[in-house]
Amino acid sequence: MDLGNLASLRLFLPELLLIAGVLTIIVLDLLLAGGSLLGELSLIITACALLLVAEAPHAAGDWLFNRMLVDDGFGFFFRVLIILSAIVALWMSIGSDEVKVCEQGEYYAILLAATVAMILMAESNNLLMAYLALELVSLTSYVLTGILRDNRRSQEAALKYLIYGGVASGMMIYGMSWIFGLAGSLDFSVINRALFMTRDAPALAIFIAVVLILSGMGYKIASVPFHMWAPDVYEGAPIPITTFLAIGSKAAGFALLTRFFYPAISHLTASGRWQALSNVDWPQLLVVVCAITMTLGNLAALQQDNLKRMLAYSSIAQAGYALLGFVLLSNDGVRAMLVYLFAYYLMDAGAFVVVMIVANATGREDIGAYRGLAARGGVWPAIALTVFLLSLTGIPATVGFIGKFYVFAAAIRQQFYILAVIGILNSVVSLYYYMRPVKAMFLEAPEPDAAPFTAEMWNYGLMGALTIATIGFGLYPPPVLDFAERSLRFFSGQS
Amino acid sequence: MLTHPLTLITFIPLVGMVAILLCPRALTPMCKWVAALTTGLQLPIAVWIYAHFDSATSAIQMVERHQWIANYHVYYFLGIDGISVSMVLLTALICFISVFASFSITRAEKGYYALLMLLDTGMMGVFVALDFFLFYIFWEVMLLPMYFLIGIWGGPRREYAAIKFFLYTLLGSVLILLVMLALYYYGDAHTFDMTQLAARAGSYSLTFQRICWLALFVGFAIKIPAFPFHTWLPDAHVEAPTAISVILAGVLLKMGTYGILRVNYPILPAASHELAWIFLGLVGTINIVYGAMVAMAQTDYKKLIAYSSISHMGYVMLGIASFTAVGINGAVLQMFNHGTITAMLFILVGVIYDRAHHREIDGFGGLAQQMPIYAGMTGFAFFAGMGLPGLSAFISEVLVLIGAWQTHPLMTVFGAGTAILTAGYLLWCFQRIYLGPLNEKYSGLTDLTLREAFTLVPLAAIVLLLGWYPHAILGLIHTSLDHLNQVVVNAATSATVALR
Repeated sequence: MDLGNLASLRLFLPELLLIAGVLTIIVLDLLLAGGSLLGELSLIITACALLLVAEAPHAAGDWLFNRMLVDDGFGFFFRVLIILSAIVALWMSIGSDEVKVCEQGEYYAILLAATVAMILMAESNNLLMAYLALELVSLTSYVLTGILRDNRRSQEAALKYLIYGGVASGMMIYGMSWIFGLAGSLDFSVINRALFMTRDAPALAIFIAVVLILSGMGYKIASVPFHMWAPDVYEGAPIPITTFLAIGSKAAGFALLTRFFYPAISHLTASGRWQALSNVDWPQLLVVVCAITMTLGNLAALQQDNLKRMLAYSSIAQAGYALLGFVLLSNDGVRAMLVYLFAYYLMDAGAFVVVMIVANATGREDIGAYRGLAARGGVWPAIALTVFLLSLTGIPATVGFIGKFYVFAAAIRQQFYILAVIGILNSVVSLYYYMRPVKAMFLEAPEPDAAPFTAEMWNYGLMGALTIATIGFGLYPPPVLDFAERSLRFFSGQS
Repeated sequence: MLTHPLTLITFIPLVGMVAILLCPRALTPMCKWVAALTTGLQLPIAVWIYAHFDSATSAIQMVERHQWIANYHVYYFLGIDGISVSMVLLTALICFISVFASFSITRAEKGYYALLMLLDTGMMGVFVALDFFLFYIFWEVMLLPMYFLIGIWGGPRREYAAIKFFLYTLLGSVLILLVMLALYYYGDAHTFDMTQLAARAGSYSLTFQRICWLALFVGFAIKIPAFPFHTWLPDAHVEAPTAISVILAGVLLKMGTYGILRVNYPILPAASHELAWIFLGLVGTINIVYGAMVAMAQTDYKKLIAYSSISHMGYVMLGIASFTAVGINGAVLQMFNHGTITAMLFILVGVIYDRAHHREIDGFGGLAQQMPIYAGMTGFAFFAGMGLPGLSAFISEVLVLIGAWQTHPLMTVFGAGTAILTAGYLLWCFQRIYLGPLNEKYSGLTDLTLREAFTLVPLAAIVLLLGWYPHAILGLIHTSLDHLNQVVVNAATSATVALR
């Protein structure tokens, strides 16, 4: 249904709760000295928002706020995923030594605002809305990246992020103006109708517009060639923020990417395959982008000694695997992409949690800090990190294997054999660098001056939960698969 | 009466692993006994399976089938036929022996035995799984414990050897994964069930079969290891602790040839018939000759055994490629015999390494005077390795050569001729280590301990028994293998008819 402003509010409760949370935290920060317990409060608010999402009625779909947003199965998936990412980021923030020295009020208020923005990005049904949401995500991310005011790396990262982001979103909005000129509207379903109805739609113009828009979205998911910011930003930002950018922001990017490239400018045929506009060969372009993203991410990660930086390159490669599902132009592929993003959420968040635990204990993020970790009292984080890294490689009995399996299965089914082979060879290459920390933790002796390892139960709790989920869904994946299956519904007004 | 023998034998080690992990710190020395008990429980189940296995039929037996991942038609599907039953027996036996061969490990015992148990589950699972997905899971689960077992408890270059092993085998297994998916999506009825995949073997086009066959072959050849994919093996063997070498040579290598018999032959029979003579026959012959020649040049005792192991796996490949009932039966018997004999050899190398802390062949001399029982046992194992009549390898190698002679006479000549090289390097090695004047440095060495003897004697007894009564294994395997051979030969005939 096409709901007006007031009628939409009923379906907008989780977002409203989060917005109320932002305001509450700003006010409470003024009232309470030191801002203690604001993190816990944000965590509770976010958890409640998750409950509200789960409780929301499952209709076939609705347009909210006069077709600015859309509420459908696909949006539901990303609402859940983004809020889960926010919960992980908040949990980590409470347990992080880096965040303790920041201004608590600003930090948590901006983090919640970023969450809302990411959800809006995943739900947008209009290019204008998409642009606003994307910019809001970017602005909040710049601040969060640079929130460590006395840390030069953090400052430099924020500036780099800002400059790259400015260029990318500029290109994107320019592309949107082309689309508006061609279709006469910014609304996704109107664009779709306009582009498919017009017999002599100028293919070259559409292609240019699509490529320009792709640059903005490619920047959010950190795909080649818009990935350059990722290593510096991931390394410079506080670890909880790095995690949030790696899982939440990337998920939102994939959501918007899919919304624009599938329901907006492609047609779903009866066989479950999507048909792109004839003569506009963006799928071919994305196939190349996908192959290069996987390969470049993995090759660059081989030489990194800083774990955060290594995980940054690894997350570029991981985006490549998810893109592999995206470029197949079939419902199979989109489903695989959703499964992969969920798997990626669990394992990448887990890896960053362990990096944070080690950074808390040693103040270091380089591989030297991991030497002999198992022997100097950190056997549990060592085992957990091993599980997450193996999952990122795609070794069975972990959720990462299920994700990879799904993606490669979809690729083979759609007969993208070469891309599947490239992807699978990449996962062999990735084993080498994913095993380096494992080697350091178990096979090497501790550095002579290494202090005994200590960590807090709070962080262990999150680490344990993510480890269990990574292995549990690896052994029994049907819940994840069904979740992705149910989420494969785009609302376009017809049903 | 056992109702789920295969689940039981596969997952008992996992229970053992949990028990070991839960062992309180004060009881860490008990870990090895938990491991011994676990593998000790596996043995009677294996014997029960042996006793209840019906060797008159080539059908799958002791089936267990439950749905696991409905979205992808994945089943928890276990079952055995003649090919797998011999490997199940071998795995149970070698794992039991290897626990006792591990007693010299003193560092981080808890982790060691826990990983050993996980490895045991992985290996057993590969041999009993009949759902391709499940097979793949077990196949991969095995890599990780192996990486750590070599990487943590290995020799000086252990890190290099461990990652090399891991990368090589992962490369092989991802190829298997791709083929698995391609087979799954072929046609309209999607399935991972290996028996169903084999039943529709006739429907695959020949080009499709060829591509899949080659990809699978590379995946399995890395495990065998077939020339030129063998380079990880000497490194892994040299660095691995004794018991792990025993498992590596005794069981792990068999997975490669088992995979070919389980997947390539029944599911892709026409391509098998067309390609096997090059990739199994010729490569197998190269393995035999090349392995023996490189073994001759070794100065490291363990490396010599490792190359000899590569050489002997060549006979298995040659036998499989013969397409005769005799040859293929001989090949599987050779898999079993290779398992017992190389396990003995690696234990024997471990014995001397534990005492002298080096393995230079030229650094010893006259050990027969100092350690007569040890020297006698080594002599026995060497004779078995040479394929002397009366010992088990003689039967299997002769069967392989008889079978191969009918299809590949030239390769058979090379294969048979290498027996001289084999005798050469083994006897030469024996002479340098055990005969001649005693190296005074080693006048303090003690002979075999009771524990070491306990690991060697059962293997020796089996080698001797199968030398005189090979039917104990052949009777078990021949119905299934004759059937498999027939399937491949028939597929080839019908393909030729179709061409005409």
